[in-house]
Amino acid sequence: MIIAIASGKGGTGKTTIATNLAMCLQKPVRLLDCDVEEPNCHIFLNPDLDGGERATLPVPVIDEGLCNNCGECGRICQFNAIVSLKTKPLVFPALCHGCGGCMRVCPTGAISEEGREIGTVETGTSGHIEFVQGRLDVGQAQSPPLIRAVKRHIAEEGVTIIDCPPGTSCPVIAALKGCDYAVLVTESTPFGLHDLKLAVATVRLLHLDFGVVINRATPHDVMVREYCKKERIPVLLEIPDDRRVAEAYSRGKLIVEAVPELRESFERLCCAIISRIQHRDAAPIPCAGTTPGVS
Amino acid sequence: MKIVISSQGNTLDSMVDPRFGRAAQFILYDTETEKFEVLSNQQSLNATQGAGIKAAETLSGRGAEALITGHCGPNAFQTLSAAGIAIYIGADGLTVAQAIDKFKAGELRTAQAPDVKGHWQ
Amino acid sequence: MKELVVISGKGGTGKTSLTASLAALAGDAVIADCDVDAADLHLLLSPKVLKVEEFRSGREAVIRPGDCIACDVCRDVCRYDAVRPVFENGRKAHYAVDAIACEGCGVCVRFCPEHAIDFPERVCGEYRIGETRFGPMVYAQLGIGAENSGKLVSTVRKEARAIADDGNARWILVDGPPGIACPVIASITGSSLALVVVEPTLSGIHDMERVLELTRHFALPTFVCINKWELNPQMTQEIEAAALAAGVSLAGRIGYDRAVTDAQIRGLTVVEHGGRAAEDIRAVWAALADAPGAPAAPATMEV
Repeated sequence: MIIAIASGKGGTGKTTIATNLAMCLQKPVRLLDCDVEEPNCHIFLNPDLDGGERATLPVPVIDEGLCNNCGECGRICQFNAIVSLKTKPLVFPALCHGCGGCMRVCPTGAISEEGREIGTVETGTSGHIEFVQGRLDVGQAQSPPLIRAVKRHIAEEGVTIIDCPPGTSCPVIAALKGCDYAVLVTESTPFGLHDLKLAVATVRLLHLDFGVVINRATPHDVMVREYCKKERIPVLLEIPDDRRVAEAYSRGKLIVEAVPELRESFERLCCAIISRIQHRDAAPIPCAGTTPGVS
Repeated sequence: MKIVISSQGNTLDSMVDPRFGRAAQFILYDTETEKFEVLSNQQSLNATQGAGIKAAETLSGRGAEALITGHCGPNAFQTLSAAGIAIYIGADGLTVAQAIDKFKAGELRTAQAPDVKGHWQ
Repeated sequence: MKELVVISGKGGTGKTSLTASLAALAGDAVIADCDVDAADLHLLLSPKVLKVEEFRSGREAVIRPGDCIACDVCRDVCRYDAVRPVFENGRKAHYAVDAIACEGCGVCVRFCPEHAIDFPERVCGEYRIGETRFGPMVYAQLGIGAENSGKLVSTVRKEARAIADDGNARWILVDGPPGIACPVIASITGSSLALVVVEPTLSGIHDMERVLELTRHFALPTFVCINKWELNPQMTQEIEAAALAAGVSLAGRIGYDRAVTDAQIRGLTVVEHGGRAAEDIRAVWAALADAPGAPAAPATMEV
């Protein structure tokens, strides 16, 4: 069972939901931080991370002895990552998308591939949570291949939670693909609503089942609630605009620990998500919540 | 000798385009006949990435021996060098005709290294 | 003319609210929203749209079903898992390309034995030029699942630069994207000054350090300001110390003020709405307005 936590913009509380949700789920639970540009889940979970594995993208290497200078490699490349002039081809690994086209098209077999490092995949544990995160190298432009490398750690059993990158562009798609359910985190502000609408369009495009969590909710800001009602989107949880929550976040503390009355809310959230997925999935998953009939 | 100038317009009175890869167009000038033609840079302008590499490839295909422009980044520098095209930078602020005169008078400096950072590392 | 780009290591730090207020204070600026993933600045500045342009970038493979013989070659050569069989009456009738998964590498196009795959340009989003109460504005929206917001960022900046050049504007104010990848790089290369907005949180300090590595790489004069600083005064001090140690300047602190949200709900900038945070923002602008930035250099954009 794979649950993605996503949002149309950053800073809405995605990481807060992902980490606190993981804390409230029973074993086995795995959390994958796929927000590889700024992976922050570790701050709240303090996992004992291993040294990590370097993730790579295949890029071409030219065997100049075999190259006959035909220029086919430069013609197929859509990314200007390989160029054939009067001399042997030049390769620009930073521009390469790893499509393998040049290697395939080369008539003399002069092109092979080697891995170019783009980031690190680290694993560890934090209490009962198995933790995996991707960390993109600074200056690297392409995060989807690293996100896919992190997602190879999706657990066979139990629940895997994926903290997605923010936004609606290709890294988010890479993170959301193949998930069973998406939790869209938003705020009850005009920015929050605008970006939620984009996130909703994204998950609908991918045909994912989804619900909304409203963070920093106040009784009088009703715009997101009204939108969800109109669109028939379930509001799974509202986290009140409480300075204790913001302060806990700033100190790197989990809110289920800092604000105990919210623990029950998160347990209810676990149960709500799991029971929605189970409508399609027969295998029951134990739930730590107190809701009768689910645990 | 065939030289190329990155240009904001399509006459010799146009200003030199300080950019190479994303230059509006190029003027291909023959120092012997003193004639010129305009080369489109549309392929590089359309490129998602690697515009400088694409532009260098275009110039190489047209037999250019020297390039006059404003600035040159690392990928373009590497490609132009491999193509055997001499690179003269710092011509921004001049018209194409002024840049050609300065080139003929030997007053432009050749670039020994890229003078701006790449868009990607 | 100076180009100030407002960025942050992560989203939601108040970058957009701050940029809107700076636009109100600058008076003579062209405004560019380069946070093309979550373009929210227009919600505060309500531009009157003058022009809408399609944004095209890269290509996508499209299989013509009538010409496809379902031979599997395209599926086998695709490394992005973008080619899927389409079944009709229980039989594999032809293949189709999932436009969201397609990277536009063209390998299937090249190897299709029937030449049954078209390779048109891809529409990735759009950008708009409008007029706000504080000056001209350029803003964009990337299509869902689209790639390459870096090129769209460059397009928005280029349009803003052209307008600023025409009108002799003193400032270009750029609301930059969060993070450290391609769109951020596209938003800072060749600008004069960066303002990094940080919240006083553990993740904030961590993200700031990553984004400062980037501005250092591009040798961009950089300021840091702390938003909602009272949330954690001690962390605020730590972040300021880390920023100074990294060799960047401090532009001030902005208080935690409910007025920021209230202003947003009213569709106003914080300085128009008023409040404590508004005063703090005026001080930030005062620190930036006279800062010696690098001269705006279009030449370094997308070399």
